[in-house]
Amino acid sequence: MGLASWGGCRLRPDFPRSLLTVLVIALFLALPGAARAQEDPFTDIAATSADVEARGVTALAISGNPRAATVLDALRDGKLYAWKWPRPDPPLYIRTDRGYVDARTGDPVDAPALTNIRKVIVSDAVRAAIEIAEAALDLFAKDVAARRKAAEALFLSSDPSALPLIEKALAGEQDSEVARVLREAHAAALLKSGTGSEADRLAAVRDLAARADLQSRSLLQSLQDQPARVAAAIASAIAGIDHKMELWGLAENVYYGISLGAVLLLAASGLAITFGVMGVINMAHGEMVMTGAYTTFVVQRLIAAFSPALDQFGLLFAVPAAFVVAGALGVLIERTLIRFLYGRPLETLLATWGLSLILQQAVRSAFGPTNQDVTSPAWMSGSIALGGLTLTVNRLWIILFAILVLGALMATLRWGGLGRSIRAVTQNRRMAAAMGIRTPVIDALTFGLGSGIAGMAGVALSQIDNVSPNLGQNYIIDSFIVVVVGGVGNLWGTLVGAILLGVVDKFVEPFAGAVLAKILVLVLLILFIQRRPGGLFPLKGRVAEA
Amino acid sequence: MMRFDRLTPITLGCVLGAAVLLAALNLLTPEASVIHVPNFVISLAGKYLCYAILALAIDLVWGYAGILTLGHGAFFALGGYCMGMYLMREIGARGVYADPILPDFMVFIGWKQLPWYWQGFDHFWFALPMMMLVPAALAFVFGWFAFRSRVSGVYLSIITQALTYALMLAFFRNDMGFGGNNGMTDFKDIVGFPLNRESTATGLMLISAGVLSAAFVVARGMTRSRFGKVLIAVRDAESRTRFLGYRPESYKLTVWVVSAIIAGIGGALYVPQVGIINPSEFAPGNSIEAVIWVAVGGRGTLAGAILGAILVNLGKIWLTSALPEIWLFAIGGLFILVTLFLPRGIIGLFMLRSGAARPETPDNAPGAAAAESAARELAG
Repeated sequence: MGLASWGGCRLRPDFPRSLLTVLVIALFLALPGAARAQEDPFTDIAATSADVEARGVTALAISGNPRAATVLDALRDGKLYAWKWPRPDPPLYIRTDRGYVDARTGDPVDAPALTNIRKVIVSDAVRAAIEIAEAALDLFAKDVAARRKAAEALFLSSDPSALPLIEKALAGEQDSEVARVLREAHAAALLKSGTGSEADRLAAVRDLAARADLQSRSLLQSLQDQPARVAAAIASAIAGIDHKMELWGLAENVYYGISLGAVLLLAASGLAITFGVMGVINMAHGEMVMTGAYTTFVVQRLIAAFSPALDQFGLLFAVPAAFVVAGALGVLIERTLIRFLYGRPLETLLATWGLSLILQQAVRSAFGPTNQDVTSPAWMSGSIALGGLTLTVNRLWIILFAILVLGALMATLRWGGLGRSIRAVTQNRRMAAAMGIRTPVIDALTFGLGSGIAGMAGVALSQIDNVSPNLGQNYIIDSFIVVVVGGVGNLWGTLVGAILLGVVDKFVEPFAGAVLAKILVLVLLILFIQRRPGGLFPLKGRVAEA
Repeated sequence: MMRFDRLTPITLGCVLGAAVLLAALNLLTPEASVIHVPNFVISLAGKYLCYAILALAIDLVWGYAGILTLGHGAFFALGGYCMGMYLMREIGARGVYADPILPDFMVFIGWKQLPWYWQGFDHFWFALPMMMLVPAALAFVFGWFAFRSRVSGVYLSIITQALTYALMLAFFRNDMGFGGNNGMTDFKDIVGFPLNRESTATGLMLISAGVLSAAFVVARGMTRSRFGKVLIAVRDAESRTRFLGYRPESYKLTVWVVSAIIAGIGGALYVPQVGIINPSEFAPGNSIEAVIWVAVGGRGTLAGAILGAILVNLGKIWLTSALPEIWLFAIGGLFILVTLFLPRGIIGLFMLRSGAARPETPDNAPGAAAAESAARELAG
């Protein structure tokens, strides 16, 4: 059946290779019965005739023998040895670094006498057959991902000669996702081949239009000499793809914006406490974030040194560690510096700026000025495809982490004992003191809480940014902007401000460039503060300045 | 209504006297002599005088109007860029690409024509007012928006920082036409005087000292006049001043623009003396460092600003050469120590000891009112 359908095939200029492909595929389709009937799929692979050998390669590939891939690799690398003399069950050897193994079983064997064996020669024709066979191996592999990858590769090559192979694979495919890619590959190959009825072609165009990505678009664009109706269908398919891609691009921008917003939210949540609730201008806030990132680095090092088994879960230990380290540092700073400066925000700004310089230089002296290598666990790498979107897993985790941190912070302030005290002190310091709350302790703990959250943000940022002494500086201005836009002392405002800033940034970026986007955001902020000095959600009340 | 006090002649005498003395020791003594002042000291002195001009500008707004600016480096750098543009045009055909009109960096990025905003900068008489007008224009627009909508306190500080940060990002771009990352350098001469000659360096240093003295007199006059009294009232109780019938925003805007002009002139003098201007001059860190000069010397004393700028920079050059690792610790520690223990700076310390009248620094008394005033600053 295979060869017959190839009667009208237009052969491409690289004739021999194409012919070979046809031959191999035809064999592929024609042979199975015969090949399976044979006891040993390895028989022909060591044949002295290149034709027989190539056929043997194909037969081995479709035999389903678990050793097929290994043996084909060995053959390609010139490590396959055959018995020199005729005998009923000719042995096959693979030469490895540690001696010879039986090609059929993989068991080590005693080294045969060199006079009795010969290396199996690999001609160009056989090499080409191996290549196609290996692609085909994947197409019939057990692993869905491998099948999908093979189908995707066939789609990208959109080689008309692979058409029958795709058809065969399609017939046996169980996984709907792989079947879809195979259909697309089939459509691409069919349209490229210039054969097929008009109805088939129209169906193929529909398949490609449904795929709706850059590759299918460029493929459709490259098609020529199509019947009028097909050409019209192609044109409308391209227009449809353009429209879809625009929509996906929009969704992508929103996603990137939210992802950036989550990073900003993490960096700004701590500031929403120290600046928003306490009114302390902490210019060393970025350095608290940096402290968290360096804590992550140290924790990973310790785990690698003492219990490598926990390697994948280093971050889970780093989060509380960073909270404790940065929080303790925050309490220390509050007790030794900030508490002398309450009510003098401008002085606080200057003193904490000086503190940030000291912390940066301290880290630089201790760890060196270069970036530290913080690893990402396996469960945070990779990406998820969602329609036309590619969502990187680590960004998804960071979004989730940001939401969790904000939620935990809100819950602490709302229901926690410390949160109640914090709110009491913020609302009426003297009344709170009269009720027995030790306000200086609460001040220190509040500042520690904000700093600790900044430290946790550092754990997340260590996954997407360089861990260097300057890490915090990149976020300090943005964090202040977020808190100011959202309205001081308002965590919901901080959330909205962060997402807003992230999305605006990402929407301006494509047509203005990253730098101009930054400038534009700053200008917008300046105008925004002019209009609404209290932020998006100003505190209501009769607060008059003196 | 200008009334001279003791500090004014002392300051003017110190600045002008030291400058003339250095110049004389440089030009009139033989090089082998013990009292000869080497050339690098002259250029260093010139640089520090420019820093002192910037510090004076900051003290004018921070010490007397209560506007903590974290972006005054922007005005300084803009003045510097205007001077840089003049100096670039002055190079003429002597550049590497020998283009009679276009500066080297424009030839390098393939521009064929001089952008419109570069026109006229080949004349000194045009560039000179530009060095003041460009910073003044930016200050006016920014201040008009900021003060009219009553942005003050920490918010204003953060926006000034955002302003200089945005300008830095903008000037880093090549297509802005200001030399991008590398800025402008390789200047040849200024109004005909070659920049590599000693006498030019000495002359520029003397001019810097003269300008600093003039700026000091102007600032002193402003702050001691009726205008200055209202300004101090605005600083200490803005709403109360408003209720008395003044318009605080007008007073703030005026002093803000004057301060920007002074900073711009400082930057313009700075560029020919260091021989380069690039976007890093806009870095927020520079502006904040300039604020600490003022804090060290004594906020709200004008003379303290000059003293602080020179002292801190002397310390910087000594530390960065002797113990480079320590510099950031030192400047960071200085920020903390000065704000905690020396709120009136060195001049304040000196005045306290000599029993002189309390300097005109804002009342920073901590205590019961602290939390309330924090709330006020935030609400404002």
